[in-house]
Amino acid sequence: MKIQVLGTGCAKCKQLTASAEKAVAELGLGVPVEKVEDIREIMKFKVMSTPALVVDGQVRSAGKVLSPEDVKAYLRW
Amino acid sequence: MSRTARTALLLALGLAAWIAAYLVIQPLAEWLSFSALGLARGSHLGESVAFFLYDTPKVLLLLVLIVFLVGIVRSFFTAERTRAILAGKRESVGNVLAALLGVVTPFCSCSAVPLFIGFVEVGVPLGVTLSFLISAPMVNEIALVLLFGLFGWKVAALYLVTGLTIAILSGFVLGRMKLERFVEPWVYESMQAAAGFEQERLGFTGRVEKGLEAVREIVGKVWPWVLAGIAVGAGIHGYVPEGLLATFMGKSAWWSVPAAVLIGVPMYSNAAGIIPVVEALLGKGAALGTVLAFMMSVIGLSLPEVVILRKVLRPPLIAAFVGVVATGILLVGWLFNAVL
Repeated sequence: MKIQVLGTGCAKCKQLTASAEKAVAELGLGVPVEKVEDIREIMKFKVMSTPALVVDGQVRSAGKVLSPEDVKAYLRW
Repeated sequence: MSRTARTALLLALGLAAWIAAYLVIQPLAEWLSFSALGLARGSHLGESVAFFLYDTPKVLLLLVLIVFLVGIVRSFFTAERTRAILAGKRESVGNVLAALLGVVTPFCSCSAVPLFIGFVEVGVPLGVTLSFLISAPMVNEIALVLLFGLFGWKVAALYLVTGLTIAILSGFVLGRMKLERFVEPWVYESMQAAAGFEQERLGFTGRVEKGLEAVREIVGKVWPWVLAGIAVGAGIHGYVPEGLLATFMGKSAWWSVPAAVLIGVPMYSNAAGIIPVVEALLGKGAALGTVLAFMMSVIGLSLPEVVILRKVLRPPLIAAFVGVVATGILLVGWLFNAVL
């Protein structure tokens, strides 16, 4: 499983990264959360608002700071 | 009891508590400053403290209510939906729509770049995109409702109408200037269809939750700004002599408007933090046009946003963007000072 957080380094992006890392740790997945900060890389995912959560190359959420619980819901299936 | 009924009941209780609190703060602030603390009415310190103790809960209460309502309104709009509305619109109609949607679409300046690219990709003209990017920060719903609460509907309406006008006309003028060559070329190279990920469906309870989420997030973030703003406002209110500002921020001083814009553009403050300062300045005889120009340049144009936009726009376009918007603000300031 590949988990990425898209964001240019603003406060909300850091919060989402923290949520994602917490969710990964609590589910015991043992995979890293990759931060994508380069705007040109971010645009390849076609999102219009950041921060965004990407799981296995699929954009699951954009423009929202998710709680660790919300992230878990996206990681389970 | 159903979930919707329970939410409605809680909402009604919350509103009743809000009204009760709003009614009690003025007598409470007066009692605290002049009876409990024993400060003299009309003294510098007494008036400053009373101003601070009344304005802090008042502004925070207004803020909670406004942010909650705006959170609900915004749950109906997303950047994707706004883009779908703007795609394929002609310039003039597009500028007007973009400025209006800029007010209600959730927007954070850290998303300015992806949003810009997203708009340009589907063929939204550059000038229309810029109308959106000008109106989104400048016509700030928090500022709008605080102005309404503190100065009445006339000042709030003036702010709304002139803010939208600046966004519409600046975007139109920038569009006419044909500056597309100053957009970083890679923006056009990355054109493709938009990502289709499902948007969640929200019911009544879901939208109320969105509103509460907005309150937690925004009020949680801006309250130190509000306190700092009110403290500055309280100082001006108590210590600056009546009419002092009238000489150099009054109507007769034509140069005060450009000075206010020059000082305001590099400054950045939250809209909620700038309003108490505006309130205090107006109370001491500063002209409305000068103060509005200052406020619009602080919240509408800011250094952090320019730095972010530099990633997609080359310097000549950035300069034109700042120049045209600042000119618009300047004209609004002069217009108000002339007609009011």
